[in-house]
Amino acid sequence: MSTIESKPSPAGATNPAPRSAGLTIGDKSFQSRLVVGTGKYKSLDLMREALDASGAEVVTVAVRRERLYNDKGQSLLDHLDMKRYTILPNTAGCFTAADAVRVARLGRELLEQLGNPGSGWVKLEVLGDKKTLLPDPMGTLEATRELVKDGFSVLAYCSDDPISALRIKEAGATSVMPAGSPIGSGQGVLNRSNILLCLELLKETDPTYPVIVDAGVGSASDVSVAMEIGADGVLLNTAIAHAQNPVLMASAMRHATIAGRESYLAGRIPRKLYASASSPWEGVISYIPGE
Amino acid sequence: MPAPNPTHSALAYPHFMVISVNGETHELPAGSSIPALLERLGLKDAACAVEVNRELVPKRQHAAKELREGDTIEVVTLVGGG
Repeated sequence: MSTIESKPSPAGATNPAPRSAGLTIGDKSFQSRLVVGTGKYKSLDLMREALDASGAEVVTVAVRRERLYNDKGQSLLDHLDMKRYTILPNTAGCFTAADAVRVARLGRELLEQLGNPGSGWVKLEVLGDKKTLLPDPMGTLEATRELVKDGFSVLAYCSDDPISALRIKEAGATSVMPAGSPIGSGQGVLNRSNILLCLELLKETDPTYPVIVDAGVGSASDVSVAMEIGADGVLLNTAIAHAQNPVLMASAMRHATIAGRESYLAGRIPRKLYASASSPWEGVISYIPGE
Repeated sequence: MPAPNPTHSALAYPHFMVISVNGETHELPAGSSIPALLERLGLKDAACAVEVNRELVPKRQHAAKELREGDTIEVVTLVGGG
């Protein structure tokens, strides 16, 4: 028998957290391992229904200019239950560390005013390019350092390069969030090997260090792939918001997160080149070739 | 020489200042505070965060912060995002 992939997932051996412990990020713990964004929905009512169906407890938001002089459309804050969700403000749209730090501080201030437990958290994004929205490794590292110094819990969106990810953890990030593929691209986890290496490097000195696959998820199976190779959680937005039936997709994502996590903890069988019969050879009444 | 007309004196005219708010120019009475600005913008009771010249001004400091000519102000809130 030869194996194509030699390493089966550990059956809880290197992961001390049982299923019921849920996702722990810094000083906060959640049952749901799915983090969902609030952007791109056709309507805020639809967003609210989809978030509910997803079972998410943490949702991301963006920080943008207020509409002035009562020039109001609908307000996100009117459709987001501040008591139910922990809000994670992002620094989307920032291309420099300085801008990301400004936006993070504004986000913290807003959540302090709203009395939400997410105050002091930030989903850090420092982008390198408008077309690909890929993270700028230098800017991300610089912003992580400055925000950590300012007392933030930084959840850093970064590339799936294991060394970049490790440097961000070393800079003090509370969680590292490697991309599966470009934001909104729906390509899922493009490089499972890199994510596996990220997990290995990031958890080497601390198996409970949270690693969340963020960006590029397109379908439920993408979520399960990320979870079953050992990610602590998945963050997605477009996959639900732009699905034809967002509420149904949100439910699919919820199940996929649970399924992937259980698959990981259960310890999968190895991949083999040759077959391994499920029914015994002993006691057959049939003709077996070669015997 | 006639006595200066009080309605033309500098003290009689309120001073206005031009500031930038969310990328647009606005005229405000000189020395306006942030709460006064927010009220003019229809944002008195809104949850919003304010930056003056790229520095966050926490809510508890709003009343004490005096805005000046040429200040660049950002008034932001939370919106949907990923």
